[in-house]
Amino acid sequence: MATAREILYETGAPVVLFDHVQLAFDENVVLQDITFTLAKGHTKIILGASGSGKSTILKIIVGLLRSDSGVVWVNGGRVDQLSEHDLMAVRADLGMIFQEGALFDSLSVRENVGYKLYEETSRPLDEVDRRVEEVLGFMGLSEHIDKMPSDLSGGQRRRVAIARAMAFKPRIPLYDEATTGLDPITATTVDDEIVKLRDLEGVSSIVVTHQLRDAFYIATHMAVRGRDGAVEIVPATPEKADEAEFIMLKDGFIVFEGNAEQLRRSDDPYLKTFLS
Amino acid sequence: MSDTWLKAAALEVQEYVRLVAAACRGLVTPPIYRHDIIEQLDEIGWGSLTVVVLTGLFTGAALASESGLTLDQFGARPIVGRLVGASMVKELGPVLTALMLAGRIGSGIAAELGSMVVTDQINALRALGTDPVRKLVIPRMIAGVLMAPVLTVISDFVGIAGGWIVARFQLQVATGLYWSSITDALYMQDVYQGLVKPFVLGFMIVTIACHVGLRTRGGTQGVGRATTVAVVAGSVAVIAADFFVTQLMVWLFY
Repeated sequence: MATAREILYETGAPVVLFDHVQLAFDENVVLQDITFTLAKGHTKIILGASGSGKSTILKIIVGLLRSDSGVVWVNGGRVDQLSEHDLMAVRADLGMIFQEGALFDSLSVRENVGYKLYEETSRPLDEVDRRVEEVLGFMGLSEHIDKMPSDLSGGQRRRVAIARAMAFKPRIPLYDEATTGLDPITATTVDDEIVKLRDLEGVSSIVVTHQLRDAFYIATHMAVRGRDGAVEIVPATPEKADEAEFIMLKDGFIVFEGNAEQLRRSDDPYLKTFLS
Repeated sequence: MSDTWLKAAALEVQEYVRLVAAACRGLVTPPIYRHDIIEQLDEIGWGSLTVVVLTGLFTGAALASESGLTLDQFGARPIVGRLVGASMVKELGPVLTALMLAGRIGSGIAAELGSMVVTDQINALRALGTDPVRKLVIPRMIAGVLMAPVLTVISDFVGIAGGWIVARFQLQVATGLYWSSITDALYMQDVYQGLVKPFVLGFMIVTIACHVGLRTRGGTQGVGRATTVAVVAGSVAVIAADFFVTQLMVWLFY
């Protein structure tokens, strides 16, 4: 019989599973009953109004918050039960991009991006340096490597935050409003990076946003390598588009779950208002 | 109302004890962030040197000046060194150094950690697999505990030197008489007392500041509040801990 860890290597394995999760802060009930599964290699796009509990779901996945009840499996571990020490093993595969970037303002871009590799692994320094330069090159930020976060624009900070989360090659990146507050061109650059990581690195992503434009862009595009080896972003095939599943949160419940096409065609008045 | 206040106070104490316990556990188990410890030794030790030296110097000088006037009433001006030495080593050196540290590093730690909390940097640390207690609290705790005694010894010496300047040039007490009266009057118990206190006070200042900083809520306003609380609570804790350590030392050594 396969163990939970072994199952994770199979195609379509459930890498994140929420089962009737509830969470309240004193009188304020944030999540009433949340159940969903993120399959390996798929993307879950969580939509909802501000304060609907989108970011809370990500914090529960990483173990920064604990649910009051329900079961949360992440990468083969019950994060709702694990101690802070045991959570470190689960977090090794999670790359969280925080809403405002949450870059360490006393560290340079290089130190921020390589933080986990420099501090939490025993990899040789030159190897870490190479990986940091590679990731920053991938994000188009090579020339900013020695700057401090305060010297960067909002979009650059957001991309550094993505680079930091990607540097140690997590299998589950979690994007918390990665494009909120960015201009459309920079937002598209960030969206492209999310799509590239998903399709070229084969990661399973959760994207939290209330930017519909970005949500649909990520769901309906895919990254492919051209004959010359260059990466192109093209419209997704129907099969690929089906791998991006939307969740709509309202009042602590999931009021919609389906693909981009189903979301567009929904007759639900709340969804129509949200999409209009 | 008082019920709510008591619960909040009990919660604060509980969280403080949990933080200290976690920090003590982290002291003896890996990982240890050595370069952060060095950085904090420099920041807390070297960074506080100027303010501690100035405080010690002027306190010692003022003490000599004041006590010279009082001793004159008994014709005992030559033993001014005895008074300055004992006061600086046993009480004023440790307490004033600790109060200066509470103001300087207590506020700095609370503001830094508080800002990290409200900008999600602490959560980012945890998400990246780093325990904030090991990375942020333990280096500061080690630096506070080790540097407070070093700074206190410097403050004691500078204070006594400040007293000598006043004794020699204002009170016209001979240099030899001043220094010999200090060594005559200082017993080992006094030195022990003066050396034990800063270990305790340094520990309290840093752990209180870390606790307050890590429990910051409410944006930049919360950071300001945390900074104030760290300095006030740290200073009160210094005075209170000084009293209890003094009682303990008197009971043990005298």
